[in-house]
Amino acid sequence: MNKEEQKIWSILEQVSDPEIPVLTIHDLGILRKVSWQNNMAEITITPTYNGCPAMDMISANIRLAMAEHGYRNIQIHSQLSPAWTTDWMTESGKEKLKIYGIAPPDRKFSIAKDGVACPHCSSTKTRLLSEFGSTACKALYQCDDCKEPFDYFKCH
Amino acid sequence: MNHTQQTDYLLHLADTTLILSHRNSEWCGHGPVLEQDIALTNIALDLLGQARLFYQYAATLIGDTDEDRLAYLRTEREFKNLLLAEQPNGDWGQTILRQYLFSQYQQLLFESLQTHTDTQLAAIAAKSLKETNYHVRWSSEWVIRLGDGTAESNERMRKALDTLWTFTGEMFTPATYESYTNPDQKHMQEQWTNKVKQVLDEASLPFPNQGFMQLGGKTGTHTEQLGFLLATLQYMQRTYPNATW
Repeated sequence: MNKEEQKIWSILEQVSDPEIPVLTIHDLGILRKVSWQNNMAEITITPTYNGCPAMDMISANIRLAMAEHGYRNIQIHSQLSPAWTTDWMTESGKEKLKIYGIAPPDRKFSIAKDGVACPHCSSTKTRLLSEFGSTACKALYQCDDCKEPFDYFKCH
Repeated sequence: MNHTQQTDYLLHLADTTLILSHRNSEWCGHGPVLEQDIALTNIALDLLGQARLFYQYAATLIGDTDEDRLAYLRTEREFKNLLLAEQPNGDWGQTILRQYLFSQYQQLLFESLQTHTDTQLAAIAAKSLKETNYHVRWSSEWVIRLGDGTAESNERMRKALDTLWTFTGEMFTPATYESYTNPDQKHMQEQWTNKVKQVLDEASLPFPNQGFMQLGGKTGTHTEQLGFLLATLQYMQRTYPNATW
């Protein structure tokens, strides 16, 4: 990455996800590539779930953040392959998720089942209520110790 | 407008996922319990996302059109979706069974398409397959729960099988444009049959005899159901042409 690209990357690192605002698009692994050529920024992002309604808003927020820093000439590409995976989520992103009250993806629970650690009390005495939660990327759980329901960000 | 076997095939994939997505979305707010209402609408959203990718790709090849025009401004005879996708929801059991029979097929289809030489088609298939795996798991669990549940739920699943089975043969009867991907339909049908048999066995449901199979959706000859569905789906663009958000 050249200097200009590094600068753009650091601007985009601050763009947050509209659904889970504690995570940036960098934390989520959505931001794939930045290139700067002939005074034009080309930004490559990858969709999480195909039907995720946040993707259009993320593109709009990228344009807004770039405009605030004086960049007007922007192209945003959506890259499908290789398909997005939660393995690209940053460690600090996973930590932020947990503090926010959402259990972060855990490869031991690739297929959602009982026992995901509760983000509130850390107990593993938890039950899977539904593989589908409030958004496509989450499953719904309940903790048998603190009794709180919580979302688990599914491995994908 | 440049229609080829490739664009017809993409429209077939797009239409099938759009129509099934629409049917599932009719359950929104009406599911038997909140969690399952959310599950089904999540599946509807996944299918809508897949449909958008297929339409967008088709639009770039056809030229002078876009995803919205392909979805909202084509007539019933131009839709190439599977007949299975357009069948009415019936009761919860029929909706679940329709989803399972389709998802089990879609999983095999996407597994084979993800290595296709058409790299964009392969990328969409590989990405969508991750979602389809969820759909298969969820819907097969429900088929088993209902089939192996009470006398009433078993009876209703048998009725659903009677209603839907005649539309399953179409999945493995290729239209001319499917030579674009040239899948091994026979092999796929064998795999599908084995998997469906396993699930129906576990659900205490009989695997139906082959019987007469309804065909035609892939080439635009639909059951009477599709026209009514499109009347709802396309209402806004037909009533207020070019309306935008």
